[in-house]
Amino acid sequence: MKAFSYERIDDAAQAAARAFEVSGSKFIAGGTNLLDLMKHEIEMPAHLIDINGTGLDDIVATDDGGLRIGALVSNTALGADERIKRDYPVLSRALFAGASSQLRNKASTGGNLLQRTRCPYFYDTAMPCNKREPGAGCAALDEGADTRQLGVIGTSDHCIATHPSDMAVALRVLDAEVETVNPEGQTRRLTLDEFYQLPGDTPNVENALEPGEIITGVVLPAPVGGRQQYYKVRDRASYAFALVSVALIETDDGKGRVALGGVAPKPWRRDEADAELGNGAKAVMEKLLDGARPTDENAYKLTLAERTLAALLAKE
Amino acid sequence: MTSTTTFEKHRDSATTRSAVALSINGQRHELELDNRTTLLDTLREHLKLTGSKKGCDLGQCGACTVYINGERVNSCLTLAVMHQDDEITTIEGVGDVEHMDPMQQAFVDNDAFQCGYCTPGQICSAKATLDEIRAGIPSHVTQELNGPIEISDEEIRERMSGNLCRCGAYANILKAINQVANDQTARERS
Repeated sequence: MKAFSYERIDDAAQAAARAFEVSGSKFIAGGTNLLDLMKHEIEMPAHLIDINGTGLDDIVATDDGGLRIGALVSNTALGADERIKRDYPVLSRALFAGASSQLRNKASTGGNLLQRTRCPYFYDTAMPCNKREPGAGCAALDEGADTRQLGVIGTSDHCIATHPSDMAVALRVLDAEVETVNPEGQTRRLTLDEFYQLPGDTPNVENALEPGEIITGVVLPAPVGGRQQYYKVRDRASYAFALVSVALIETDDGKGRVALGGVAPKPWRRDEADAELGNGAKAVMEKLLDGARPTDENAYKLTLAERTLAALLAKE
Repeated sequence: MTSTTTFEKHRDSATTRSAVALSINGQRHELELDNRTTLLDTLREHLKLTGSKKGCDLGQCGACTVYINGERVNSCLTLAVMHQDDEITTIEGVGDVEHMDPMQQAFVDNDAFQCGYCTPGQICSAKATLDEIRAGIPSHVTQELNGPIEISDEEIRERMSGNLCRCGAYANILKAINQVANDQTARERS
């Protein structure tokens, strides 16, 4: 790990201003992914700003019947919150499908959104990676590369990594918004779709955050109700990243929403696919995965996604 | 003379070390540490509290599990300087040979280890597993999100998935945890 300076700032807007001012700054909250990346020298911040004193650690009701989740609320606290369990069960399910208890106790809501891909070539600093080093090339696109876990849609000729979060898939299906404050103290809200960027020819740019801008929370709209499910398919029964995951909400009016994890650089959802939910899993996936560019090794994800959705739709 | 960039300036030793006071097992320790020092390395290398073990150093094996403010965490994935004013409990604070915690005794009773390297982390996690079930915190295998959670083999296995044992003592670890769970339930009923 490279040496760095450290300070604690207990106000989000001040932390944003400081991060803008000091080059090479990073925020640290739970640190469960950042420290891992720093040990691998994938992240090498010159300065760490500890934001754990900013007080962004509660979940409060909003005026329109939703909830505002502070960026520092831990994954455990969020998933176990009575209101989340009752009104947004797909979010609880997604959170408890991820990581281990120890990690969930420390991992924050904001940090979960910002966690980096687990692409093996991103983690192996001996291999070229456009995300780590723009213009270096992508080892995952080389012949014979191990792409079994990598993305099938939304990818580019420069990067086929997936976003690893389960939580973000549930937030996408719930129409949540990410709330931020910038170095000037201005706040804004972005949908998950606006927040995450597709790799294109700049896979190093993963989200819409501007320099210094910090996530202060996530806003959930009023509960949508319906039957909510999250199904994660992985190589072992617990504590592994998704090969494919499906977040599904079926509402009483016969409509619904579906989002996928493990297949794309962002939680994957399309309105035109949601509209097909009454017509079965195959119809949904024809829209949702239209334009997919799988490799020989990960084409199985297209079939797996359809079958996973079919299983959820068929559940009594 | 060359100018110092901001980047380099922040890597000089004057700014890359910090003073921190840690409360560990009820005892206060004042330290001056390189900012990079994880809580695990602080415990083991600076305070000689070597009960917490370093397995993977990446949060995958759970051998370093300790409690911070009552919650189990991987001490390898957090920096010591971030824990001013926090209450930290390690396996040394859980119990010792003269005053064994019931979970430590249950691990002995059930032969719940072979080499013993992962055991401190297993015991810290095992105690937290039962606490978390009783607190109503759901897991991936919990059928009903709302309401009390039954202690079962399935719940225990899922909640212990962040602790690896290369000797494969899992079956007896499960027995040890069930022994403590049953004793606690019996005590509550009496």
